[in-house]
Amino acid sequence: MINNIPIDYYIWLAAALFTIGVLGVLYRRNAIIIFMCIELMLNAVNLVMVAFSSYLNDGAGQVFVFFIMAVAAAEVGVGLAILVLMHRNTKTVDINVLNRLKW
Amino acid sequence: MTTAVTLNVFYFLSFVAIFSALMVVFSKNPVHSVLYLIITFFCIGGHYLLLNAEFLFIVHIIVYAGAIMVLFLYVIMMLNLNKESEPHKSTLLKVAATICSGLLIIVLVGSLKGTELMMTQQPADISISTVKSLGKVMFNDFLLPFEITSVLLLAAMVGAIMVGKSETAER
Repeated sequence: MINNIPIDYYIWLAAALFTIGVLGVLYRRNAIIIFMCIELMLNAVNLVMVAFSSYLNDGAGQVFVFFIMAVAAAEVGVGLAILVLMHRNTKTVDINVLNRLKW
Repeated sequence: MTTAVTLNVFYFLSFVAIFSALMVVFSKNPVHSVLYLIITFFCIGGHYLLLNAEFLFIVHIIVYAGAIMVLFLYVIMMLNLNKESEPHKSTLLKVAATICSGLLIIVLVGSLKGTELMMTQQPADISISTVKSLGKVMFNDFLLPFEITSVLLLAAMVGAIMVGKSETAER
């Protein structure tokens, strides 16, 4: 199945998804949406890793995707906990309000 | 599957993934953003299936759609975010963000063009993405990173509990 699709199609798809993630981080001010766009960027990297792993018959790329997923889960857990704490104190998730690190 | 069918499935999944990724950024309601992100994750999972990575597809669905997105939805529900509480950026900053990401995609296209000529494609071997061979790679070559990942998850769990604990509870 995999040999039908050229590898550069996956590279362009992952580049587009990564750029949309960067656009979301720069475009939005809601901190939760920014977290979701970081997830989008991580998934673009995962996709290109799986594609190269399948095309080169090397299992190491797919194992790396496991590690990236674990890091993403840890990041989301801690990040959302911090966000809930900040919302408890400032009643907002606007990053322009959250930029002073002390209140 | 024939070539044309596979290619059509690829185009469909890519279109839906990019469309819903754009809707994540541009929809006003945070709950809609989360739902569109779930669609994007399922499309990326479909790409994993096309690449013969069935085990990774299952893990991806369980971890992302099952755990992380539920966490996002739960936090949005707990903070009671909706369209009215959405902060707005000025138009100048939005234009600047769009120009920056346009420049980024130009740089990515320019630097990644011709990458496919650098690699020689191996004949397809579906045995590398089975659970057995992935487990062999993980526990032979990547044993130390695996253990460090478990410590990282433990630290993240402890950290999330410490941060999320209310301050009045400890007194």
